[in-house]
Amino acid sequence: MLISGSVSSLAILLIVVFLFKEASGLFNSPAIEEGYVLAVNDTNPVKHLSPEKTKEIFDSEITNWKELGGNDEEILVFRFSDLTNFYTEEELGAEFEFVPSKINELVQKEGGIVAFFPEMYLDKDFKGTVISKDPIKPSEFFGGTQWYPTATPAPIFGLIPLLLGTLLVSVGAIALSLPFGIAVSIYLAEIANFKTRQFLKPIIELLAGIPSVVYGFFGLVVIVPLIQKGLNLPVGETAFAGSVVLAIMALPTIITVAEDAMRTTPRAMKEASLALGATQWQTIYKVVIPYSSSGITSAVVLGIGRAIGETMAVLMVTGNAAIIPTSFFEPVRTIPATIAAELGEAPAGGAHYESLFLLGAVLFLITLVLSIAVEYISSKKKI
Amino acid sequence: MSPVEKLGNMDKRKRWSQKVAFGFFTSLSYLVVVILFVILGFIIIKGASVISWDFLSKSPEEGMTSGGIFPAIVGTLYLVLGSSLISFPIGIMSGIYMNEYATNGKITRFIRIMTNNLSGVPSVVFGLFGMALFVNTLGFGDSIIAGSLTLALLSLPLVIRTTEESLKSIDDSFRHGSLALGATKLQTIRKVVMPMAFPNIITGLILSIGRVSGETAPILFTVAAYFLPQLPGSIFDQCMALPYHLYVISTSGTDVEASRGMAYGTALVLIAIVLVVNLLANALRSYFAKKVKMN
Repeated sequence: MLISGSVSSLAILLIVVFLFKEASGLFNSPAIEEGYVLAVNDTNPVKHLSPEKTKEIFDSEITNWKELGGNDEEILVFRFSDLTNFYTEEELGAEFEFVPSKINELVQKEGGIVAFFPEMYLDKDFKGTVISKDPIKPSEFFGGTQWYPTATPAPIFGLIPLLLGTLLVSVGAIALSLPFGIAVSIYLAEIANFKTRQFLKPIIELLAGIPSVVYGFFGLVVIVPLIQKGLNLPVGETAFAGSVVLAIMALPTIITVAEDAMRTTPRAMKEASLALGATQWQTIYKVVIPYSSSGITSAVVLGIGRAIGETMAVLMVTGNAAIIPTSFFEPVRTIPATIAAELGEAPAGGAHYESLFLLGAVLFLITLVLSIAVEYISSKKKI
Repeated sequence: MSPVEKLGNMDKRKRWSQKVAFGFFTSLSYLVVVILFVILGFIIIKGASVISWDFLSKSPEEGMTSGGIFPAIVGTLYLVLGSSLISFPIGIMSGIYMNEYATNGKITRFIRIMTNNLSGVPSVVFGLFGMALFVNTLGFGDSIIAGSLTLALLSLPLVIRTTEESLKSIDDSFRHGSLALGATKLQTIRKVVMPMAFPNIITGLILSIGRVSGETAPILFTVAAYFLPQLPGSIFDQCMALPYHLYVISTSGTDVEASRGMAYGTALVLIAIVLVVNLLANALRSYFAKKVKMN
């Protein structure tokens, strides 16, 4: 019995161990794609490149070494597939046996070159400078403002756009559903008669029972087109659409918890208020709501927790653009949606895979803090 | 104005504000009902034309644009069955321990906090965990067993809480009576407490089945397959599942527009499961409530 009692504790422990074990690997993986090297001419003073800068170079956004503190020289981007532009197939050899020496020769010849090629073709006496393979730094992940997990040569894992997307969608959802939730819970706890309650309770239970993927589907075929047409937007898949769907999904949680809290108001307190001549409504907002305020706060926190962790519905309606959101009516991407969308394509054990586990760990910590907050709020009430 | 008239005015204002506030709360409450009926109605109307015996008994055809969803229904059944076999015994025993045996010490408090935390863990984190432990570390691969274990963990807090709440609602006088007659603690639980708590526990278990059958994120990386030509042969095979099927055909199928009809049908089947589960739970609840009254 004790063993089965501790299964849930064991599960939490295992979740923590596995999430963090896989996630910690990210900070040991090199910033440059594994098995590849990045090299420059040995006269080039630039010896380090951050993932962001590397991406900008390979996207031709940075075109001169001057911008990186180097010489005033045009950057020549060389990818391994460009090799045949410089050498004929005979020069490279039938078995590609001359490839290392040719790459060596090319890097020596071109002053402004930055070459990206498989490590197996690195010549034994390579004359260029191999850009040092720094591991990904925690500051780059937690402070990073870009999320390009599949960029070559250097993927960029920045948490900020995903975190902001998650917060925007969840806070929007709670702002939409809170007035509703509180109103319905007041109605259920104080106003509705027994029969109405018997009718409403199963309906709210049903609302909680609908699978999130069905909410997502409904959002996709009804709410998204409605938002696009109604607000005249280029795309309907926006943070707002996510918030609307999540608001409906968070309603049952908020209603149930807030109603339970209001029901704990002692009858004597309410009757004392009514006996003094207060109306029922005055009693509600002067006695019942203040008395149950900690329960209502728990309801809000639980609702936020539910919204932050929700995956499928959000994945289906928010458009999944991993950029820092500037408006409520733009596509965004949340942390859970990123995990669900990308884990299938990330090779196990790679940096991308590990970064998704780190996202999971961040999500786990956020919800853990929220559960502890609820615990704290409801324990304070008992004074 | 006389003091009496002033009081009368105050009284009127009070009643007015009550009327406005109550009207507001009532209309918002009914708006929630309207929202539910719009969602259900939309899916039922759009999906009803798709549902046929063929739809329920055939495999998907022509890149998910026609045929049926039989393998997905079977897969979901396997997953529900598998996860229930794991989570029910552990969860019920855990609930009995927490309510009947545990003294209010530090260990109980710790277990209770952990159970609460487990119920707050997002479903996608369960998916990640299931992939790391069951699929990769234990080497089950994408399989029914890995998916069932992941789903079982997810429903565990629900089962534990239901059992605990049901046991808590049974008056201590029954336990004392049984113990006073010389029964042991285990006998008391088996013969007195459990039979009385049983209806409520069953209701909770049925609701947890509803929850498990609709979960998508935990099975995404542990078991779900986009399409399988044959049904799974063992617990180490992958399987299709209804919620995942709805997700893929509505977002990333070969032809999203052409498979819309299939998507409406799948959504309706999922909704039907939830409706049946909830109706069953409610019916059981009122049936047992009546029985208790009659006794």
